[in-house]
Amino acid sequence: MNVTTASVQFTGSAQSYLSPTGVEVAFILIGLVVLGSALLVVTVRNLVHAALWLVVCLGGIAGEYLLLGAELVAWVQILIYVGAIVVLLLFGLVLTRAPIGHTDELDVKHRAPAVVVAAGAAGVLVTVVVDAYRKVWLEPRAAVPLGTGAANGAALFKYWVLPFETLSVLLLAALVGAIVISRRGADGDSDEPESVGTD
Amino acid sequence: MASTAHWWLEVALRLVVILGFFLVVPLLVGQMEHKAMAHMQGRLGPMRAGGFHGWAQLIADGVKFAQKESVVPADADRLVFQLAPAVALLPYLVALVVVPIGPGTQVGVALDLGLFFVLAVMGVGVLGTLMGGWASANKYSLLGGIRTAAQLMAYELPMLLSAASVGMAAGTLSLGAIVDKWQWWWLPWQLIGAFVFFVSGLAELQRPPFDMPVADSEIIFGAYTEYTGLRFAFFLLAEYAGIVLLCLLTSVLFLGGWHGPFSAHLGWLWTVLKTLALAFVVIWLRVSYPRLREDQLQRFAWTALIPLALAQLAITGVVRVL
Repeated sequence: MNVTTASVQFTGSAQSYLSPTGVEVAFILIGLVVLGSALLVVTVRNLVHAALWLVVCLGGIAGEYLLLGAELVAWVQILIYVGAIVVLLLFGLVLTRAPIGHTDELDVKHRAPAVVVAAGAAGVLVTVVVDAYRKVWLEPRAAVPLGTGAANGAALFKYWVLPFETLSVLLLAALVGAIVISRRGADGDSDEPESVGTD
Repeated sequence: MASTAHWWLEVALRLVVILGFFLVVPLLVGQMEHKAMAHMQGRLGPMRAGGFHGWAQLIADGVKFAQKESVVPADADRLVFQLAPAVALLPYLVALVVVPIGPGTQVGVALDLGLFFVLAVMGVGVLGTLMGGWASANKYSLLGGIRTAAQLMAYELPMLLSAASVGMAAGTLSLGAIVDKWQWWWLPWQLIGAFVFFVSGLAELQRPPFDMPVADSEIIFGAYTEYTGLRFAFFLLAEYAGIVLLCLLTSVLFLGGWHGPFSAHLGWLWTVLKTLALAFVVIWLRVSYPRLREDQLQRFAWTALIPLALAQLAITGVVRVL
């Protein structure tokens, strides 16, 4: 699409990483913060602290989006992930069991497979992204017009309407599935003998 | 070089003005609450501090809070407990930066996605209440935190939907551009949206009649039970800053912001007047309505506000297409 025309150029001119700009330095610093907080999320010994480090991690990713000129995505990241997902997570934790201090049951047996899966996923993503963008140069300031609400709206509803609509059907299916699962549990607990004939 | 210095000076000046606004207007609303509530109940309210009708009462309160001992409970999670008031207060300050007060350049930063920014940042403030509720190691605080979270989840959606309706009507997400395009007939057109936005904003701020999370007859003071001194004052300031921001946003989005007679020169005054009038309504509601029970709260959000917000979206869409 028009990404290649405005913000991304193929290398060949004099751009290099040897004398980094302010944006690049900030990007790397925030990246380190994101990486560090992500590690803390999985290593810290208290569930609620893990969720709060997740706030730092997701907020840092929003900062990275901003540095890349993707303003809309950055605010959506904060609105959905920090404002909604983490609050939902904290709600679940506080509602069930989240004592102050260490949580002993955090050391699960699946630790080794989890590390393997995480390393595998990270490896695949890094390989694919590095390979795909090896020869392109992104100029953050030139990308700013592409990150506005108008540009995103036009791209979404002119060129990507079909995936967008398909995603909404998928989400609807997930919603219906969640309702069905929660209903079944409630019925089974309360009136299992009666529901055999009536339903 | 001189132009860069000039630019920095302007940025600094804007931030100082916004900080002043942030520190003064919530106090004004607080004093208005004291006096308006008192007169509605046939009382006088504070009369001594400062001399004239007790105008300095809240300044005296601030001095009192600063002198109080700041206690952290022995079983509390110290760091989270101490951080929570800042997390609750700062988002409102940050959100104020992008809200336009008057036409043209009378705004901290004119953001292309201002509406999104404000709503995103306002959502973060609730994390402070949740953190305080959990870290206090007190069952009442924990219950208050849980109620806050449940309330937020129910009322965030109608708020976003009604804000989206204004964005659709104006065809932009920039707060300044929305007010620029505002016409008087938007008032009846967006009336349902305005109602939904204002009511869900009240619920998000835990103001009466949506103050179940801080219901003093049931759970003392909810998530803020264990807080004392300046940290408690920060939570109180966050509540009033939230009222100011909500009323400011409602007047900018739904009541036409700076539009009014002589708006070229007195635009900012209209915005402030509309905001204070809405703040008076917030106080009025506190005095007149009984507290909603938790199940009533949830039912109201899911079965009344969300369908209303969706209806408003449909109306907006139909009128736009016509």
